[in-house]
Amino acid sequence: MGQFSYLGVLLFIFLATFLLEVVLKARVWQKFRRLFLTIVPVVLAMTLWDWYAIINDHWYFNDVLTSGLILFNFLPIEELLFFIFVPIASLLTFEAVRSIKKESVPGEKL
Amino acid sequence: MTYLQIALIYIAIALLLDFVILKTYVLKTKLFWLSYSIVLFFQFLTNGVLTGFLIVTYNPEILIGSGEYLTNRPPLIGDGRLFFAPMEDVLFGFSMIVFTISLWVYFGRRGIQKEPVSGPPPKWWPKGGWYGTK
Repeated sequence: MGQFSYLGVLLFIFLATFLLEVVLKARVWQKFRRLFLTIVPVVLAMTLWDWYAIINDHWYFNDVLTSGLILFNFLPIEELLFFIFVPIASLLTFEAVRSIKKESVPGEKL
Repeated sequence: MTYLQIALIYIAIALLLDFVILKTYVLKTKLFWLSYSIVLFFQFLTNGVLTGFLIVTYNPEILIGSGEYLTNRPPLIGDGRLFFAPMEDVLFGFSMIVFTISLWVYFGRRGIQKEPVSGPPPKWWPKGGWYGTK
């Protein structure tokens, strides 16, 4: 079970924030094209940092507590999923707050 | 380069993106900072699990903190750590979130799936918030 530890954290992030899409109608997953366009550059920028950090021994991933699936010879699959699902979680939070506090958006400026 | 040096470069890029390149100015909105404070709380929680259980460990040579915690749990607070994670992780997360929100707002303003906007919250959601203000 240990190898699913990091994946478990990601699953928690996904499920907890998916509630915001359903309950508060964050409408982030619903806008899939806009979401895709937003996430791709973020994934690329953060993967570049991760690549530099990994090849220069800045940080290490626990063999026992991760799946061991490595992409492109450096990137644990959990890291790629992190760079996809954490930005989505932050967008869901942002849009959920916007759903509750309409007054925070003067003249639909955003 | 150290973790802090790379983080500062990414923060600079994030500021440039928001204020100069995309001109989204999300960092000037209350909406962003309110959302970010919620995200930061959950970052401390989830990142605390990743770093406190040594799922991710760090080379002390590139950190502000100097202790080696490759096989033993880092301090909750202290030696450059905040809720087990390196302090620099706050900057890492912040830059990632500014990139994300800024791009999202930018594409919305360009008219890409701008509508329907989020909400409304469900009927049972208290109108003045949970604390009865307003």
